[in-house]
Amino acid sequence: MSQRELEIILSRLLAEHLAMPIFIVDPEGDLLFYNEPAEKILGFRFDETGEMSSSQWATIFNPMDRHGHLLSPEELPLVIATIYKRPDHRSFWIRGMDGLMRKIEVTAFPLINESQRFLGAIAFFWEISV
Amino acid sequence: MKVTLWGTRGSLASPGPDTVRYGGNTSCISISGENSHPIIFDAGTGIRLVGQTISKSTKEIHIFLTHLHMDHLVGFPFFSPLFFSNIIINIWGPPSSTYKLESRVHRYLSPPLFPMRVRDIRSTLLFHEMPKDPIEIGEFQIKAEMILHPNPTIGYRIKSNHSVVTYIPDHEPALGLSSYPRGAEWTSGFALAEGSDLLIHDAQYSDDEYRSRFGFGHSSVRQAIQFAKLCNVKELVPFHHDPAHSDDIIDQLIVSAISDQQPKYKVSPGKEGSVFELI
Repeated sequence: MSQRELEIILSRLLAEHLAMPIFIVDPEGDLLFYNEPAEKILGFRFDETGEMSSSQWATIFNPMDRHGHLLSPEELPLVIATIYKRPDHRSFWIRGMDGLMRKIEVTAFPLINESQRFLGAIAFFWEISV
Repeated sequence: MKVTLWGTRGSLASPGPDTVRYGGNTSCISISGENSHPIIFDAGTGIRLVGQTISKSTKEIHIFLTHLHMDHLVGFPFFSPLFFSNIIINIWGPPSSTYKLESRVHRYLSPPLFPMRVRDIRSTLLFHEMPKDPIEIGEFQIKAEMILHPNPTIGYRIKSNHSVVTYIPDHEPALGLSSYPRGAEWTSGFALAEGSDLLIHDAQYSDDEYRSRFGFGHSSVRQAIQFAKLCNVKELVPFHHDPAHSDDIIDQLIVSAISDQQPKYKVSPGKEGSVFELI
């Protein structure tokens, strides 16, 4: 069995100890891990779903702009951080698996190690009271 | 492949009547093969003894540093080949995105921490940051990976035609986990140690000590045995003994952890001067 990069393992440890929802993706954008607060948004437990491809996770919670138009995966901060290897921030609406609409702020940034290798990206979610 | 332990102590050299059997010198091992000069790992106080075995006719040496904490570097200026005029000494170490390896080592080898400067050294020093891909030195293939320990730290997997040795003297793979070990995929150091014939691994603490020194970057003896089991190694050398542990305490910790974990592989606690012949 292969082992994840140390920086990805450390990112997961950080996510497991924080209260805000966090997603971690690999260089291809596939979802490697999401923490328990993120499970509440997704409606799935990580232990049940395991990893998810980028096409699965980016559409699963129906991201929308303020007019209710669905956002494409390429408009999401985590996808931008992965593709362009730069930070991104955006607020948008999602419909969680519980059916509720939520306005969230998302900040994503690429994970680059000491050797300047790109390892993936991490996103922090923040729910905004509307 | 012959592996010699020149220093097995962690954190601080601890000579004295209570540490005669396991030794008081800090981390340093050497590995030699059939056709090449020994390669050296870490430059704790044990490296002074290695220096005494190297002849002045030697042309080139390689020293692989896991990291730059003082107990792994303090012996470096006392390594006598530094003062041979016709030798090249290659120093390999962890990469950093800020200061080059050379500049990080210079911090220690300069006043007021040390009376000499690197430029006063007669030998030719070449500094290399370890690449991601394995490198070939003589008959050995050497691979490094970052591992869990404060500040950039790497472990090494050394492969010959016949054997694999893994050297991870400072490592806390249990950091932040409520239940250890976790699956191999999410365990620091697994890729380095998997299937090794000999794993030399941090085993600094008792379980009680680990609970009060969480995050210091080290493992308990029991965690080292669990890690070795996960990695399916053939022999474990518990290493980097706590400077406060006497020979008798180390004996007790090893016996207790073996009794608790019942490993199927051999456990040979690291003793200064021990030699492991792998064929």
